Amino acid sequence: METFVFFYFASIIVLTAGFVVALKNPIYSALALLVMFFHVAGLFVTLHAEFLAIIQILVYAGAILVLYLFVVMLLNLKREEHFHGQFIVGLFLGCVLFAEAVLLVLKGETTLGGNLPDSAAPMELTQGNTESIGELLYSTYLFPFEVASLILLVAMVGAVILTKKGILEVKG
Amino acid sequence: METGIRLGLTLAQIGAVMVAVLLTVALLTLLERKVLGWMQDRMGPMEVGPYGILQPVADGLKLFFKEDIIPAGANKFMFSMAPILSLVPALIGFAVIPFGPDWTIDVGGVDFKPFVITDINIGVLYILAFASIGAYGIILGGWSSNSKYSLLGGLRSAAQLISYELNVGLSIVGVLLLSSSLSLVTITNAQAGGFWNWYFFAWGSFPQAIAFMVFMISSIAETNRTPFDLPEAESELVAGFFTEYSGMRFAFFFLAEYGNMILVSCVATVLFFGGWHAPLEILQGPEWMHGITGIIWFAGKVAFFLFLFFWIRATLPRLRYDQLMRFGWKVLLPIALGNIVVTAIVEYMFPT
Repeated sequence: METFVFFYFASIIVLTAGFVVALKNPIYSALALLVMFFHVAGLFVTLHAEFLAIIQILVYAGAILVLYLFVVMLLNLKREEHFHGQFIVGLFLGCVLFAEAVLLVLKGETTLGGNLPDSAAPMELTQGNTESIGELLYSTYLFPFEVASLILLVAMVGAVILTKKGILEVKG
Repeated sequence: METGIRLGLTLAQIGAVMVAVLLTVALLTLLERKVLGWMQDRMGPMEVGPYGILQPVADGLKLFFKEDIIPAGANKFMFSMAPILSLVPALIGFAVIPFGPDWTIDVGGVDFKPFVITDINIGVLYILAFASIGAYGIILGGWSSNSKYSLLGGLRSAAQLISYELNVGLSIVGVLLLSSSLSLVTITNAQAGGFWNWYFFAWGSFPQAIAFMVFMISSIAETNRTPFDLPEAESELVAGFFTEYSGMRFAFFFLAEYGNMILVSCVATVLFFGGWHAPLEILQGPEWMHGITGIIWFAGKVAFFLFLFFWIRATLPRLRYDQLMRFGWKVLLPIALGNIVVTAIVEYMFPT
C-alpha cells in the first residue's frame, strides 16, 4: 500500500514537473506547479512529516506561486515562445544530469543509502513533529539557521533599496 | 470491518457539517439583508413568505435555473475551474474545527470523536494553508473571464490576500505561544474554566486582545468584505473578479465568500474565545449536557462574529487601494510582530 502511494505521488510529481517546463501558456505552467506542490506535500505526509507538508502548501502554493501568477497576469503574457527555443540545450543538460544521478545510484549505492535513515524502522516519535523540528533548528542547526535568516534579511533590505528610488540619492 | 465503520462515521460527520454550513450560508444571505435593512431603517426583503424568510429558497432557485454564460474569448477550462478552486478551500477548513467537547466514543471498536471531524496536530496551519489556496479561485476567475474589470479585480485580490494573509498568520502566533500547541482541540481545552481563561483575556499572562483585533481586521480583508472589498468594488469594477459569472458558477463564488466568513468566525471563536466553553462553569450545565450546551455556546459566539461582519459593513466606507496596502503593511504588521515579542517575553518571565 505504502509503495503504491509513493509511486502515485512520485509519478504525478514527475509528470506535472514536465508540464511546468513544456507547456506554452505560463498560467497552465503555474497550475501544473500547484498540482506538483500538493503531491510533494503528500509525499511528506506519507513520511509522517505533517508540519513540512503543510508548510509546503502554505509557503510555496499559498504565497510564492500566487505571486508568480500575479506577475504573469500583470504583464499579461499570453504565450511565451522565447524560452522554448532552448529545448535542445535543456534536453542535453537534462540527460547529462540524469546519467549522473543513475551513475551515482549504481556505483555509490552503499554511501548514498548509508546516510538515509532506515525506512523499515521509522524513528520513535516521543513528541510532535513541529516540536522536534523546532528543537533541531534551535540546537543542532542553530548556526545554519541564523545564517539563512541573515541572508534573507539582507535580501529583503536589498529589495527595498532597489525598488525605492531616491533613498540613495538623498543621502549621497 | 473497522475501516468500513470508520469511513461511514467520518462520511456521516462530513455530511452533517456540510449541511450545517450550507444551511447557515442560506440563513446568512437573508440575515445580511435584514440586518443591513434594520441598520439603515428599512425592512429588508419582505415579499417571499412571512417577513421574507423564504427569500434564500427563492434566491437559490433563481441561481440554479439561470442560464450559464461563458463569455466569448474566455478560457473555458479555467473559467469552470475557478469557482471550484474557490469553494473547496472555503469548505475544507471545517474539518479541524472542534464544535463541542473533546469526547471519544467507542463505536464497534472504533474511537469516534463526535464533535470534530479530525484532530490533526497542525490544525491551525492547515486552516491557514487552505485559506491561502482560496486566492487561486479569485485570481484565475478574474484572469479567465477575458474582461478588464475581472482582471483588475483578480489582481487587486491577489495583492490584498498575500498582504493580509501574513497578518492573520502573525496574529495567531501569540495564541500558539500561550497554548504551545497547533491543534485546535488542545487550544480549546486549554481555555476551560471560565471567561478569564480565554486567550482574549488570558488571566495571568499577556491578553491577546490586540492580536484578536489584528486577526479580525485581517480576516475581513481575507474574506473580501467591506471595508476591504476592493476585489469586487461595485462602484469601480462592476462586480470585480466575478463580473462575467452567472448561474451556478456565480453561486459557487457566493457560497465560498459566506463559507469563508463562517470559517473565520469559527477560528476566532476557537482561538480567542474558548470555543465551546461557556463564560462561567455554571452556565455549562452538568457533565453529560456539555455536548448540547457546548454546541449552543459555540454557535452563539460564531453568530456574534457573523453579526460583527454585517455591522462593520453597515458602518464603514470602502478604503482606497493605497490606504489598504499602507494599513496592512505599516500598521497591522508591526502591531502583530510587537504582540509576538511581548507575549513571548511575558510567557518566558511568568510561565503559567
